[in-house]
Amino acid sequence: MKDAPFVSTTNACKLCTPLGAALAFRGIEGAIPFLHGSQGCATYMRRYIISHFREPMDIASSALGEKQAVFGGGPNLKKGILNVMEKYGAAVVGVASTCLTETIGDDVPRLLYEFRKEFADLPLPEIVSVATPSYSGTHMDGWHAAVAATAGQLADPEAPKHDGINVLPGLISPEDIRHLRDIFEDFGLTATILPDISDTMDGPALLDYEKIPSGGTPLADIHAMSGARATLEFGRVLGLAESAGHVLSRRFGVPCISLGLPMGIRETDALFTALEEVSGRPTPSRYVRERGRYVDALVDGHKYVSGKRAVVYGEEDLVVGLTAFLAEIGVHPVLVATGGRDKRLKAAIAEACGDMVPELPSIREGVDFFDIAAEAGELSPDLMVGHSKGYRYAREWNVPLIRVGFPIHDRFGGQRLRHVAYGGAQAMFDRIVNAVLGRKQDVSPVGYGYL
Amino acid sequence: MEHAILEERKDQVHVKGSGPFAMACNRDSLAGAVSQRACVFCGSRVVLYPIADALHLVHGPIGCAVYTWDIRGALSSGPELHRLSFSTDLQERDVIFGGEKKLKAALLELIARHSPKAAFVYATCIVGIIGDDVGAVCRQVAEETGIPVIPVQSEGFKGNKREGYMAACRAMFQLVGTGDVSDVPKVSINILGDFNLAGEIWIIREYFERMGVHVVANITGDGRVDDIRRAHGAGLNVVQCSGATMELARMLQDTYDIPFIRASYLGIEDMADSLYAVAEHFKARDPGIVARTKALVREELSKLLPELKKYRKALEGKKAAIYVGGAFKAFSLIKAFKHLGMRVVLVGSQTGTAEDYEELAAICDPDTVIVDDSNPLELSHFIKEKDVDVFVGGVKERPIAFKLGVGFCDHNHERKEALEGFVGMLNFAKEIHASVTSPVWRFVPRREMRPGIPTGMPPEAQEVRS
Repeated sequence: MKDAPFVSTTNACKLCTPLGAALAFRGIEGAIPFLHGSQGCATYMRRYIISHFREPMDIASSALGEKQAVFGGGPNLKKGILNVMEKYGAAVVGVASTCLTETIGDDVPRLLYEFRKEFADLPLPEIVSVATPSYSGTHMDGWHAAVAATAGQLADPEAPKHDGINVLPGLISPEDIRHLRDIFEDFGLTATILPDISDTMDGPALLDYEKIPSGGTPLADIHAMSGARATLEFGRVLGLAESAGHVLSRRFGVPCISLGLPMGIRETDALFTALEEVSGRPTPSRYVRERGRYVDALVDGHKYVSGKRAVVYGEEDLVVGLTAFLAEIGVHPVLVATGGRDKRLKAAIAEACGDMVPELPSIREGVDFFDIAAEAGELSPDLMVGHSKGYRYAREWNVPLIRVGFPIHDRFGGQRLRHVAYGGAQAMFDRIVNAVLGRKQDVSPVGYGYL
Repeated sequence: MEHAILEERKDQVHVKGSGPFAMACNRDSLAGAVSQRACVFCGSRVVLYPIADALHLVHGPIGCAVYTWDIRGALSSGPELHRLSFSTDLQERDVIFGGEKKLKAALLELIARHSPKAAFVYATCIVGIIGDDVGAVCRQVAEETGIPVIPVQSEGFKGNKREGYMAACRAMFQLVGTGDVSDVPKVSINILGDFNLAGEIWIIREYFERMGVHVVANITGDGRVDDIRRAHGAGLNVVQCSGATMELARMLQDTYDIPFIRASYLGIEDMADSLYAVAEHFKARDPGIVARTKALVREELSKLLPELKKYRKALEGKKAAIYVGGAFKAFSLIKAFKHLGMRVVLVGSQTGTAEDYEELAAICDPDTVIVDDSNPLELSHFIKEKDVDVFVGGVKERPIAFKLGVGFCDHNHERKEALEGFVGMLNFAKEIHASVTSPVWRFVPRREMRPGIPTGMPPEAQEVRS
């Protein structure tokens, strides 16, 4: 369902499906994302992802030409995987399809089955495949589908039961993942975070160019996911297809605890409650104090932001988390918009707002920035919260843009932004308060130096 | 080195002086090789994108449009329609039932909303497969709206960027010849193959105007539909860039008998030579033009050269690597680096031709590595082997350089610094200088380990790392 009357799309508020899959595959140790399609897709996505993370992002392509588009892309797919094996020594190849190969009818699972038989004498990598036609869904659907495919295809049905947990965090920043890892460790939990882009998309300066960046979810841990004590899956709405958490629960009986992205107090409390239950331990004092400091900061800063009107846009699970956070700090989300469709966003947003806002925001799915602008223009927002593609509108309306999520192409350090848990809420709250103060200072004829 | 290069790519890498020159190029990219190239659509989009008063509608799923939304520094002095990203955002049902209806509705909607001077409709991979008759839809909409609606046959899989350039040129050629040229002076040119990144075409236009040369159409930087309609009135086409607009120049020559010359506005010699070549062409009609051009060049150089000296001192002897889209840019960059006292040790392009590579080999120092359609592993290998100080490339090359602790200069379409013209040469020197001389390099692993520079690390740690 599209909540807009127009046929054409102007300045989309979503990316295409295979991009999400490629990025998710980048979070598996030793993996190379591989797009089965024409060369341009891989190159465009590399550029787009690199501009945010400022890290190498190699995506292989089967580089189909006209001949292959007519006669089938199988030979190129096989040859491409062989070349990736030879050059990258990949332990995992994550194959995502594209609109081209889905439309010409390449049966990727069958081609991979043939490949494994044909080259059974070679030490083959694990190959995960996911169908990601770009005409169906958004990059988040691609992300979730790739994670579900990885769990479904690589988790070992025979894996022994163990005390560890699985965590399916969704698309959050490398800094967020590092922060989560600390939390799990402090609870004494061994967590398999899938995918884990904390090192692969935010690594140190190196002496040698790593063919495949270090880090990512270890393959052995993925094999063992089927034996975990529980899965924590973040996202109130998730994708179109069956989620990885459900796959692990249905096929291997791993209980799935569904949580929102832990943004703001309530959603973070929910995470910590779940961790207390799973670990049998109370929340470590570090986080009790962190929460206390955050509440203290909310009190100190509440008047600066109280009643400010915000336009929130981006990925569906992200906007739900952001809305929960904003509602708690006294900001009124007036428009919540996403490029994704059929996500049951209205219910999730209503839930996130609870009784903390005077009225529910306008909630729009399947919209682009033309639709967002048309509606937001009449809502006289005080600020925008979303990725950097909303900048042109923030500039037009002369309101601050609080950059969160992906992509951030016009500021430095998007990979190091913290959004999740109490620490993430604190960081976002500081940024919002400072943006409001900064704007007030800039437009003031007095130019107060003491606010 | 053996390990970094796939067997099938060995003849696309050449080390000058290592044997007779023979280089394979203009091949399809190898599957699985992580080519830095894009696709046909990318080639077309790059060329037509800066036409600022045209509607650019990408017919396909959302990706192709959204990855090319306002990513380039191609400036406009007026309308900015090109900075918006329009798509038909094809969905599954469109793929099954065909996208023609949606295309037509989207076109009518957008043309009514924005009143563009023309519309370009880019066919993407999937459109070629589902068989939408884009041409027929364009004809209908052109009739209904009264503006030119031009299909661009840019299905991604139908070749590489080069085919995309050709498709863009064929699309533009449909506009050429439809405008009134009665008032176009004889001493006039079209500027082809400049995209007005960071306002570069304005720098170049100003030089031509000082020479007394009238510019009819910018193709395509700060471009306008009505100017392109009149492009056939110009006396000469001045073509920059390796291949992007060459096809249009050829068509203008064949159909309208307009000669063309190749030009480059990068570096000192190439910039000056380009102006002199235009002066030479028009000197029979305008005898004063040569003197005016010489005066212009002298004046610009008298400003530039003393400034350059300041930067050269710190850069003398440093080593550079170049990997760019077209080889023509690489020629100019090699010369530009010579003015900074620097040596180019690695050079390559995505889409060079055999002649391009021969010329590159001719102007390079011995031992320079020359690569065609390279990839991150090869590039990182040679950067390390050659101990490069600064790498010139685009966004995809930047993290390769930075990860290895090597300076970088963005010379692609995303850049926001003008690097053309004499003033551009100065900006180039400043940028190279700013990167190469930064103190940050002494902290990166590669340099930390150099003898003579204190590392701040205990000796045992150094041993482990070496």
